[in-house]
Amino acid sequence: MAKHAIHITVNGTAHDVEVDSRLLLVHLIRDELRLTGTHIGCDTTHCGACTVLLDGEPVKSCTVLAVQADGRELKTVEGLTANGKLHPVQQGFWDEHGLQCGYCTPGMLMTSYALLQRNSNPTEAEIREAISGNLCRCTGYVNIVKAVQHAAANIG
Amino acid sequence: MIPAPFDYHAPKTLDEAIGLLQRHGEEAKVLSGGQSLLPLLKLRLGFATQLVDIGRIPGLSYIKEENGFLKIGGATSESALERSDLIRQRYPLLFDTTRVIADPLVRNRATIGGNLAHGDPANDHPAAMLALGADIVVRGSGGERVIPITEFFTGLFQTALAGDVILTEIRIPVPAANSGGAYVKLERKVGDYATAATAAQLALGSKGKIASAGIGLTNAGTVPVKATDAERFLTGKAPDEVAFAEAGRLAAAAASPSADWRGSVEYKREMVRVLTGRALARAAERAGGQ
Repeated sequence: MAKHAIHITVNGTAHDVEVDSRLLLVHLIRDELRLTGTHIGCDTTHCGACTVLLDGEPVKSCTVLAVQADGRELKTVEGLTANGKLHPVQQGFWDEHGLQCGYCTPGMLMTSYALLQRNSNPTEAEIREAISGNLCRCTGYVNIVKAVQHAAANIG
Repeated sequence: MIPAPFDYHAPKTLDEAIGLLQRHGEEAKVLSGGQSLLPLLKLRLGFATQLVDIGRIPGLSYIKEENGFLKIGGATSESALERSDLIRQRYPLLFDTTRVIADPLVRNRATIGGNLAHGDPANDHPAAMLALGADIVVRGSGGERVIPITEFFTGLFQTALAGDVILTEIRIPVPAANSGGAYVKLERKVGDYATAATAAQLALGSKGKIASAGIGLTNAGTVPVKATDAERFLTGKAPDEVAFAEAGRLAAAAASPSADWRGSVEYKREMVRVLTGRALARAAERAGGQ
């Protein structure tokens, strides 16, 4: 099985790693780079717990090969906090109680972050559409939507 | 889940990719966005020992009108289609379709070429392409070839893509004036395959009569279904409820869905009838007929 030397930037830090062809991006992130904030949920492209940003676009990292990320930029949930301060998206989930068990939260945060980068003042319908590929089995989404609205108001 | 071992190739040109397909023959699979192929490999329902990633070949992602056709590069992502003003304004059937494929995260990786090349009758683009009368452009060692969409789907997960060819472009005739289309899908939840779905495209002629109709059905058989009886029936008719109701009945008769958790054969066929009527009504409204 072929090995590939790849170069990726994760949360601003450059990494040169050697990966198997079949290594999934989520395993590179969690097992090799030890960034375990990104979760593995269903492992079948449904739940979105493993969502990361690949060149700024939210994708399900269980359904991308690590080698496909060669030369690209990744952002994981660990990259949201700056200077020890929660990002407004994180603060929104905190203030509005946008989680219960927290398993889906890293994915929800990354998708919400990407939405707000593209659309700083989304409607409720736009928020619900954006997170429709991220499943939460605890909250019923009401507080998650409020959290994203809270973040939108605070990003300004 | 970990896929079985394979080698990965990232050619920089189409010729290089075609060469790799030639060299590896049946062992090789083309990887585009990977949103169908990677789950298959992970679940070990599909196998390939050589993956040829066409994602790094420049010039395979575009959306443009040229010489009477809408031309879409094979590696164009679903989210690029969704965000295209041209698609939103001029191709409502395609816009509808793109927005109900999988979910927004999957659409950031999934490509239109992959959606068609996968040959899954439950995918959404095949029905849309049947309704729009698209052509599929492929390139291989023998040069470029154009395959009419009616000859493209040859069986369950089977297409006319054989040997060393790569799907490079989808060509859709620019619709005539007073045309409109719609895709109406019934799904249990976001990301599910269609319980049933209908793609409809109508062109209205003089006196507001239907000049031509295209109807495609999703998940209504082992291959995507073109509802030709319904199309023929509509031609020359006034675009009204009576005609659409009869077209719905004819489309349902053309459907041969299989029973699963989404419903029985009878239920799904009934949904084809209802959804076809709705898709036609919306298409007519967009064509300016009602």
